[in-house]
Parts: sequence; structure tokens; C-alpha cells
Amino acid sequence: MRKILTIADRELAAYFATPVATVFIVIFLVLQGTLTFNLGNFFDRDQADLNPFFTFIPWVFLLLIPAITMRLWAEERRLGTIELLLTLPITQWQAVLGKFIAAWLFCGIALLLTFPFVLTVNFLGNPDNGVIASGYVGSMLIAGAFLAVGSAMSAATRNQVIAFVLAVAICFIFTVASYSLVTDFLSKNTPVLAEVARRLAVLDRFQNFTRGLIAARDIVYFATFIGFWLFVNTVLVEQRKAD
Amino acid sequence: MTAEQPQTLIEIDGLTKRFGAFTAVDNVSFSVAKGEVLGFLGPNGAGKSTTMRMLASFMIPTSGTARICGHDVQTNSVAARTALGYLPEGAPTYPEMAVTAFLRFCAKIRGYRGSELNDRVAHAIGLTGLQGVRLQPVETLSKGFKRRVGLAQALLHNPPVLVLDEPTDGLDPNQKHEVRALIQQMAPDKAIVISTHILEEVDAVCTRAIVIANGRIVADATPAELEKRHPSGKLDDVFRLLTTGMKDAA
Repeated sequence: MRKILTIADRELAAYFATPVATVFIVIFLVLQGTLTFNLGNFFDRDQADLNPFFTFIPWVFLLLIPAITMRLWAEERRLGTIELLLTLPITQWQAVLGKFIAAWLFCGIALLLTFPFVLTVNFLGNPDNGVIASGYVGSMLIAGAFLAVGSAMSAATRNQVIAFVLAVAICFIFTVASYSLVTDFLSKNTPVLAEVARRLAVLDRFQNFTRGLIAARDIVYFATFIGFWLFVNTVLVEQRKAD
Repeated sequence: MTAEQPQTLIEIDGLTKRFGAFTAVDNVSFSVAKGEVLGFLGPNGAGKSTTMRMLASFMIPTSGTARICGHDVQTNSVAARTALGYLPEGAPTYPEMAVTAFLRFCAKIRGYRGSELNDRVAHAIGLTGLQGVRLQPVETLSKGFKRRVGLAQALLHNPPVLVLDEPTDGLDPNQKHEVRALIQQMAPDKAIVISTHILEEVDAVCTRAIVIANGRIVADATPAELEKRHPSGKLDDVFRLLTTGMKDAA
């Protein structure tokens, strides 16, 4: 466990040693702000909640999280440091988990910095802060899910652009899987798959959290989702580390 | 093998690595005992780095295996890597990290804490002469200093086995001299493998030399014995003879 945290600590410091952290956080906050206040009609709705904010979170994450993860392994390959890291006495699993935890904590920091939204809505009305807290839990989980996919894609290729595009594509598929456009098409052709798609969709699970519903099965879903992709990540690192 | 033989710390057993149809390392076997400094020689692409990578359990052998202090690099790789100090080719380090921060990271991964961690890092910095650049980010350092940071990382835990891929590449003559002196100083307690292109280095520090060409071992002898293999008595000529089959060195 200590080794995992040592890796996570180094990784997190590396985000802040480069402009990556600042650029990501600024763009994230600007995007979330613009989308929530303008597109989301935050003020005109006359509702004391953060629904517009949480509506856009998955879409903003879909774009920005693969941008963080694309460099996770590809950069280690480019610098050759993967050979250093993986010849230290650690297992690949510890390296994968350490990197994932650092990226997740980083997303947590970015989410924490959205606190002015919470202050604003509390200043203007009497929102249900329990629902807001649950929405934040959901946001962290969806961030974790996208990070796990992105990290695995970064291990799959040494090209950062390919890692980014693959991660966006896979996250997009899991996001829209429950859209009626997709499920209608599937139920017409392969009804079995329609049900599978509905159950695997990230967005439905996330929306439960934004309604204030923290259900054990949704948490198990996210934990399994993240665990699966981290497993894929570990296998890919093992197979392709020396390529 | 008899009991009075010195302790064998590295055993390589039929190690083979294929990339598709290309065989980079072909059934290589040797062992290195405590007190030996083995010079690993060969032209570019002969399979030196690939062999060392398999020894550091970074590459998975196609067949055969290696043991470090008795730990198999495939089935017990964390234990094998604990006993190993490894300098990868090109001495990669995280560019944005300061020298001390980087070494502290490696020491923490190796399980050191508190004052022992400080002592280990300070000792490694002292051994490799990095005191003057301790707080500089690695990316601002010259090639020679970067190489020494990589070396410091490999020496941090005073490992019984050292595998150094071109440890003196990019160093100036004085620095080369220092690194060779350091290797000689550590040699009695360790099994050391260094790969190099610089044949004078073999004479200077190695107790034994292995020449590898096209993935196969073509010679395994002391530097003095190797020199006798060519009428000129020069290691350069022997190297050319062994790796190209040509007698007429320039």
C-alpha cells in the first residue's frame, strides 16, 4: 500500500510541476461555468439546485479526462522512465493503481474547486445539500470510470493522440448506451443487447446520484467498471511495456 | 560445480528473446559470481540491452530464465528486483523532478523511511558526486549528470547485484575515471554486469568479458585471455575478429 501511495504522490506532484494541472483546472471551471450558467439556464430556471451543473459534468469529463489520462503511460514510454519504474521492486498492479489514484485525486481537486457553485445556490435559495453532495459523489465515480478507461488506453498505445481518441470513443459509447436512440435500435435488432446496453450505461447510474439516490448496486457498478478497466490496464502494461 | 566456488549471484539459463521472426537473444547462458565485474560487449543490436532488460524483468523472455540471488526474474520478480540495482539504457529519469526528490522517490519505493531514507539518499549523492546539483530539476542537467543520477538510483539500496547498461556513456574522461573507480571500489562485495562500447573500459575495470554478436555469446574470457586471440594483442582487433569475422582491423 505504501508503494502505491508513493507512486501516487509522485504522480500528483508531477501534474502540478507542469502547466497540465493549471490548464486543466482552468478550462474545466470555465467550461462548467459557461455551460451551467448560460446553456443550463441556471438563473432563469428559478430552482435552487445544481441540476444544470451535474447535467454537463459527464460531457465535460468525457472531453477532459482522456486529456489527462492519455499521457499516463504513453509519456512514461516516451521518456523511457517506464523501464525505470517497472524495474523498481513493485508489481505492475501497484504502478497502475498508484497512477490511477493520483489522477483521481487530481479530479477530486478540480471538483472541489467548483465550490462557488454550491455557495451561489445556497446564497440564492435553500437547495437540498444532500442531493448536491450525492451529485458530487456521482461525479467522482464517473470521473473514476473515465479515468480507468483512459489509463488503459494510454497503456495500449505509445501514441498520445490515439490514446486520447480511443478513450473518448469508449467513454462515449458507455455514456450514450442507455439513450433511446441506441436502445431502440438494439431492441429492434438484438433485444438481448438492448438490455445489456441499458445496464452497462454510465449515464443512468450517474443520474441516480444527481437525484440524490445513492444505491449500493450503482456503487458496485462503478467499482466493477473501474476494477475491470484497471485490470485491462495492468494486462496491457505487462504485455506492451517493452514495445 | 564444487562447493568452494564463490557465491553465484546472477545465473542466466538458456535465455532467448524473439521479436517475431527476429531472434534478438539466442540461448544465452552464463553466471556471475560475487566479486566479478563482467564486461558485456558487442556491436549495436547484438542483444546486450535486451539481455539486461530480461535480467531486470522488464522484458519477458521467450524461453529460458534468469535468477538474481536465487530469485527467478519471472516467478519471483519483485524479490529479484529488490536485490538488483539497474541502470537502464540512456539512464531515464523524470525530467521535472529535482535530483533529491527523484532519489527520495526511489528510496521510498524501496521501503526506506525517516532518517534511513535521508542517509541512503545522501550516501548515493555522495558516491556519484551530485552534491552540487542536488536541488536542480533533472531536465536542466548535462548528459553526464543525468547519467550519474541514474547511477545514484541504482546504488541507493547497496544491492548485491548491479546491472549497468552503458554506465559511462556521455561522461567526460574525468567522470569516466570516477565511475570506473567507483565500480572497482564496490566490486569485491557485488556481482556487477556493465555493457559498454568502450573497450579500454574492459581492461580498466572488468575481471571477465563476454562478447555477444547476433544474440549469441562468441567469447567468454578474461580481458587478458581475449587479447591473445588476435596477433596484434589489441582488444579492438579481437572485437572486430569476433563480431565480424574479419582479421584486418584498421
